[in-house]
Amino acid sequence: MNIASERSRPPADEPSVYAEAVARLLSEAGDGRGALLPLLHALQSEFGYIDDALVPHVAEALNLSRADVHGVVTFYHDFRRLPAGRHIVRLCRAESCQARGGRAIERAAVDRLGVAMGTTSSDGRLSLEPVYCLGLCATGPNALVDGVPVSRIDNGVLDRIVAQVSA
Amino acid sequence: MSRVYVSRDMASVALGADAVAQALAAAGAEVVRTGSHGLFRVEPLVEVETAEGRIAYGPVTPDEVTAVLDGSHPQRLGRIADLPFFAAQQRFTFARCGVIDPLDLADYAAHGGWAGLDAARELAPAEVVARVKDSGLRGRGGAGFPTGIKWQTVLDAAGPEKFIVCNADEGDSGTFADRMLMEGDPYCLIEGMAIAAYAVGAGHGYIYIRSEYPFAVATMRAAIECAVARIAPFTLEVRVGAGAYVCGEETALLDSIEGKRGQVRAKPPLPAISGLFGKPTVINNVLSLAAVPFILAHGPEAYAAVGFGRSRGTMPVQLAGNVRNGGLFEVGFGITLGELVNEIGGGSDSGRPVRAVQVGGPLGAYFPPSMFHLPFDYEAFAAAGGLIGHAGITVFDDSVDMAHMARFAMEFCAVESCGKCTPCRIGSTRGVETVDRIIAGQDVDAEIEILRDLCDTMKYGSLCALGGFTPYPVLSALDHFPEDFGGAPVALAAE
Repeated sequence: MNIASERSRPPADEPSVYAEAVARLLSEAGDGRGALLPLLHALQSEFGYIDDALVPHVAEALNLSRADVHGVVTFYHDFRRLPAGRHIVRLCRAESCQARGGRAIERAAVDRLGVAMGTTSSDGRLSLEPVYCLGLCATGPNALVDGVPVSRIDNGVLDRIVAQVSA
Repeated sequence: MSRVYVSRDMASVALGADAVAQALAAAGAEVVRTGSHGLFRVEPLVEVETAEGRIAYGPVTPDEVTAVLDGSHPQRLGRIADLPFFAAQQRFTFARCGVIDPLDLADYAAHGGWAGLDAARELAPAEVVARVKDSGLRGRGGAGFPTGIKWQTVLDAAGPEKFIVCNADEGDSGTFADRMLMEGDPYCLIEGMAIAAYAVGAGHGYIYIRSEYPFAVATMRAAIECAVARIAPFTLEVRVGAGAYVCGEETALLDSIEGKRGQVRAKPPLPAISGLFGKPTVINNVLSLAAVPFILAHGPEAYAAVGFGRSRGTMPVQLAGNVRNGGLFEVGFGITLGELVNEIGGGSDSGRPVRAVQVGGPLGAYFPPSMFHLPFDYEAFAAAGGLIGHAGITVFDDSVDMAHMARFAMEFCAVESCGKCTPCRIGSTRGVETVDRIIAGQDVDAEIEILRDLCDTMKYGSLCALGGFTPYPVLSALDHFPEDFGGAPVALAAE
């Protein structure tokens, strides 16, 4: 999981690295109509988050105002403006998981992981994030642990998740 | 060497299907990964090809695969189609899901794939639209608007460029049919979109999939690549959402594809007249588009032959939450809520009494068991103060606190509001505060009156269904479960 920490470190020479990445990813993804969201997804996948310093480069490349880009980055829950933890646990808070004991699991997860919902631990190890439905609604409580779906989370499964994200 | 089938559906994988598939491969079996049949109690499910057909075992753990391969596993289920859960279904849309390798074009064609598109291309575009109209198909995303009439509007709209947009932003808790179809039978959706494109004269299409569905995104992208030649000159691409529930609203979704904040547009103009990039646009839910190949292949009469009242055809119902037989159950409209929850669903998974079901996602009403006689039908649910929505049914047992669920409905609306209109943006936050005071026992009667008034404002003053329908779960919780808000129970009050 060192890749994630490498990715989330701000580049040493931001302007040129960011400008190069924007140009490269835009040419890869195609700069057709409505290119902003695909570009932001690609940038976040490359750097781990959308640094505020990226915004002017994106705006210039797509001939948008910085306000337009900032507005989009801040509108969507997926786009981070700060680096995430090395591990990311996205725990479902929606109704179907609640019907299967999700609220108790959320309290236990916050307690066991030692990080409040929606925050990143101070050592940068772990982010615990809410998600509203993963579409696994008959087998909750559910989570995505570093991108891997996990269903029927009980205390035993939570033990495994805690061990996995402790590294 | 035995050939075995294991689901690659995200729900099956979340229950350990990948490890089971690996163990089977290590034991020498030829493993075919399919979509899920849709009964999650028996996942991870393994089907073994035999002379008597595919024999299913489930749930299976990785260390049990030898017993599956030699037939001694205790969880032998027999043929999937013979299980009561599946025998009672009418699988028009999900006929192939769980059966075929989702990306195998030959498998798709061998199971009736492309018959709808081929039939459509034999007809004039207006005749294709007429068949969809005749089928009685209504929008499966929740609004229930007749699909054929929407297509007619786009067909009649003049313009050199038109679009087909598939709304795969399935954000409602308790729903997963879109996800299962995209992962288990992606060519079915592609075929439906190609038929729509031919019918209205569109050249390009977008499938907008929520980012919470990474498996569906990968499967659809791979399927589009494989199907390029089959659907040409029509072209398709996937766009991935970014965690905004409101983008399931069609005009917010269009703005999101355009690269903007996913904010709701005022209607009119309708998307059919001025939609994506200002062009005439068909925007339909996954299930609406995926129903179309059946209609063209088997005729509108075959589809309309099942159903109830003005709700024709089948609905892929999703049984979710605290229910024993959770999963996907496709059936003609008209089945009652009680049959779905108690007979098909088998009651709660916890074994405790069912106290409430929420139908139609976070914006749908909560119903008590006393209303389980309701037939699954757009009009019947509307008359009862609720909605079918995307046909997700979330079951709660008697441990649920309905005041808390009402608070959650307002909280969710506050988190997800796009902020464009005041009743939704401000009302949802005031709603959370009001329910908090009720839960705290502060001046309860007066606060309930304020909450009802607020719901009235949101219902009639909001721009879209997010603010407009959030009152459904709140008011239904208040009406049917007053004892959770400090009042007398409905049953006692009636006596």
